[in-house]
Amino acid sequence: MFENIPILSLITFFPALAAVFLMIIARTAKSDEAKEQIAKNSPFVALLVSGVVFLLSLLLVLAFDGSTADFQFTEDTAWLGGGIEYRMGVDGISILFVLLTTFLTPLCILASQTSIKDRMLEYMVAFLILETLMIGVFCSLDLILFYLFFEAVLIPMYIIIGVWGGKNRVYASYKFFLYTLLGSVLMLAAIIWIYVLSGQQLGAPTTDMAVLMRDLDIPLGAQTWLWLAFFASFAVKMPMWPVHTWLPDAHVEAPTAGSVILAGILLKLGGYGLLRFSLPLFPDASIKFMPLVFAMSVIAIIYTSLVAYRQHDMKKLIAYSSVAHMGFVTMGIFAMNVQGIQGAIFQMLSHGLISGALFFCVGVIYDRMHTREIAFYGGLVKQMPVFAAFLLFFTMANVGLPGTSGFVGEILTMVGAYQVNPWVAAGAALGMILSAVYALHLYREVVFGEVTNPKLETITDMTRREVFILAPLALFTLVLGVYPSLVTDITAASVDNLIADIAAATAAGGR
Amino acid sequence: MWEKLILFFPELLLAVSASQLLLLGVSKKSNRADLVRYIGIAVLLVFAFSGFLLGMPSGTAFSGALVIDNYSHYIKLIIGLAGAASLIFAKPYLQSEKLDKHEFTVLLLYAVLGMSIMASANNLLAIYIGVEMQALALYIMAAFNRDSLRSSEAGLKYFVLGALSSGLLLYGLSMVYGFSGSLDFDRIGAVVEAGASPGLIAGMVFMLCGLGFKISAAPFHMWTPDVYEGSPTPVTGFFAGAPKFVAMCLIARLCVGPFGGIEDQWQQVIIVFAVLSMFVGAIGALAQTNIKRLMAYSSIANMGYALVPLSAGGAAGVKGMLIFMSIYVITVIGIFACILQMRIRNGMVEQISDLSGLSKSNKGLAIVLSMFMFSVMGIPPLLGFWGKLFAFLPAVEAGLVWLVVLALIASVIGAFYYLRIIKSMWFDEPAHEFVEAPASLRWTTIVSAALVLPLLILPFTAIPATGFISQAAASLF
Repeated sequence: MFENIPILSLITFFPALAAVFLMIIARTAKSDEAKEQIAKNSPFVALLVSGVVFLLSLLLVLAFDGSTADFQFTEDTAWLGGGIEYRMGVDGISILFVLLTTFLTPLCILASQTSIKDRMLEYMVAFLILETLMIGVFCSLDLILFYLFFEAVLIPMYIIIGVWGGKNRVYASYKFFLYTLLGSVLMLAAIIWIYVLSGQQLGAPTTDMAVLMRDLDIPLGAQTWLWLAFFASFAVKMPMWPVHTWLPDAHVEAPTAGSVILAGILLKLGGYGLLRFSLPLFPDASIKFMPLVFAMSVIAIIYTSLVAYRQHDMKKLIAYSSVAHMGFVTMGIFAMNVQGIQGAIFQMLSHGLISGALFFCVGVIYDRMHTREIAFYGGLVKQMPVFAAFLLFFTMANVGLPGTSGFVGEILTMVGAYQVNPWVAAGAALGMILSAVYALHLYREVVFGEVTNPKLETITDMTRREVFILAPLALFTLVLGVYPSLVTDITAASVDNLIADIAAATAAGGR
Repeated sequence: MWEKLILFFPELLLAVSASQLLLLGVSKKSNRADLVRYIGIAVLLVFAFSGFLLGMPSGTAFSGALVIDNYSHYIKLIIGLAGAASLIFAKPYLQSEKLDKHEFTVLLLYAVLGMSIMASANNLLAIYIGVEMQALALYIMAAFNRDSLRSSEAGLKYFVLGALSSGLLLYGLSMVYGFSGSLDFDRIGAVVEAGASPGLIAGMVFMLCGLGFKISAAPFHMWTPDVYEGSPTPVTGFFAGAPKFVAMCLIARLCVGPFGGIEDQWQQVIIVFAVLSMFVGAIGALAQTNIKRLMAYSSIANMGYALVPLSAGGAAGVKGMLIFMSIYVITVIGIFACILQMRIRNGMVEQISDLSGLSKSNKGLAIVLSMFMFSVMGIPPLLGFWGKLFAFLPAVEAGLVWLVVLALIASVIGAFYYLRIIKSMWFDEPAHEFVEAPASLRWTTIVSAALVLPLLILPFTAIPATGFISQAAASLF
């Protein structure tokens, strides 16, 4: 299947082409009426396009051969020359992130159709372009191409937060843009350095990931600096404590679908980058900095959980809980054993589903009451039983209740970390308890108790559309929770290969 | 005889047609500005492609005073196109401001002529003649709106500080001449190779300072914001592109040519210029509210980035500088084409806050200007990103990683003020009713966008110029 079709390019660029098509159609409209009509219909086009992309990527996963660690569906076309080419491909680590992206995007578009009031067409265009860029990040096998997608994501996200965001949107969009830009320009310097190094070592400079991972042996001194530069970029994206402060602001101000994409996909870019680049390219430096990352992860898990408990804004609470959950991911990645890395990938996928769903839940009541103040709500279970059930399920999944996907990710990363350093695992376990504290606190305040606020007496339960958005998320959370092999079977070969590579590289260096 | 004249054909073309156009302009009572402009555009286009038309001749003319090589052909291509574009964009502005005189075209042609001599300069006198010729024309263009106080002030300021910089340059030239005993680049190069005396090095530093004025590299940047703000907008657009490009190319020719033997000496000067310019440009722009002043600081910062590859030296460094500067010129022309398009009821848009809500009142223009802004920020996949990539690559290769990191940090600071423009256009509510731009202007923007937008997205090798740039850089060695 897909032997002769550039399937990855197709999946990647189809949404962007549709976005261009939408813009051109809108430009050709003569009357204001026609323009309005086009804007009104644009969500259907976007939904159709992202749905097709989702089906294609589902086929891709079905056609994926999980028994090998090689890159599959690879494409290699001349591009810039001088070793910088257009290279695409997926392996066990990246393919599920592609699926996660294409799965969440249609849901976001569906959710936006009612909650976005003006400039519908531009919103859809921004979302489709965003989808292209996110898929591109996960599919590119060339450092420059990766950087191109990685950084270009900032443009549509800046616009989405700034145009359709809340009251304080300008501040939040600046903070988001400049924070992440500062991180990623350091990575650009590092990429140029790697390119030059590869020229000196291999004869011809290249940014081909497959070649770099196999042949390049960077001296330890350079590795340290390069690792730090890459880490600066990914740590901001993750985000890790102490560079996480942009996230709560961005989440609070972004529209619902923007928050979902931010939590669901954009945060995963950092973890994915660590797995794809930092570990294989700089194995020695990664081991050297392991204690630092562990310390940052545990602080993130405990500290941000405590901070989350004190929040008055629902979205802020979930944002801080995201930082805590990403702490598990970094901890797992830098345990550098099978359980740790498998757990980290699993945790990222599961967090994408769960935090996405939680932001959708907040969006449901925000659309009705236009406030996210926790104190405003109370006793929702009387008026909104279906909503209460969904929120309960996702809250429990967020805490890591066995049977949900959240449990699998957290337990695997902790098992991985325990083998390296039991104290780190113990700290993370404390964080799990704290996560129960803030999540249950949120649930009690919002759903239980008496209806004290008279405004809430008229609130209506979820519409069919909202159920339709949340149901698949709940289903996948449950399925992955009881049958995690669905994920681990696909990732196993690539993860084993990654660990073997690190072991071989450190053994060969005699370090 | 004829072969030499063929080498000199581009300059001859400009000189003759500029003088003839001046006569044509004054010969009739009626305003011939339009006719003069169209001929001027045609002349500039022929000038730009003269290298191709003549089959890329190479050699020296006037007993070695001018050198014609691929490097100078490339410079002429860019400045010719930039000049033609400026004439096209200037038309509606000049007409609406009642400034539509034929002298504008003539002055611009003379300025390009001076730049052309700078591009081919192969001896100290030719440098000075070229620099002065373009500068004199530019002084008058800055003060072209002579009834406006600000424009006259800009012209005067530019003149006084320009004269100072010419003095520095001339002092440097005379010292280099005195200590090397020759005006010719080749002979100076030989003397430098044999061992440079301190006086020669001092002369070289003075020359770089004089030319540093022309590219408005910090600490010689003070005139830039005032002159940019006061000059008529199309003139500012011209200032920001072609003259900077030529002066930068001249610095490169000097550094790798006659002063190639003392690379460790000029490298220090260039690095100081680069670091200061990047940060002065980035930080100075933060507080600006006038879009032309902002562009002035932006150009200071961009000159800093362009000096980064140059400090690495070598053909790769010159190539990186050429790529970066070419992209910079294209972007600047595009940005000013957009600025010139925006009219509000009582005149032109000058304040950033005037741009608020542009995405609602004129969406196409807002999209184009946003793309230019993201491009100068250096965000991929836009053209500006490739410029930065190719500019920083030679510097890393030469081991100047710290300089590249500084440049990238400055570019993050700089991103803030470009973001502010985008914020005004997209996030704010419309403050003004924009007046519908005249059809001719809309048309030119559509053309410029059509020319520039694919360049903004396409990978760089898709542009045939890259091969030409490599040849141009190689021809210096």
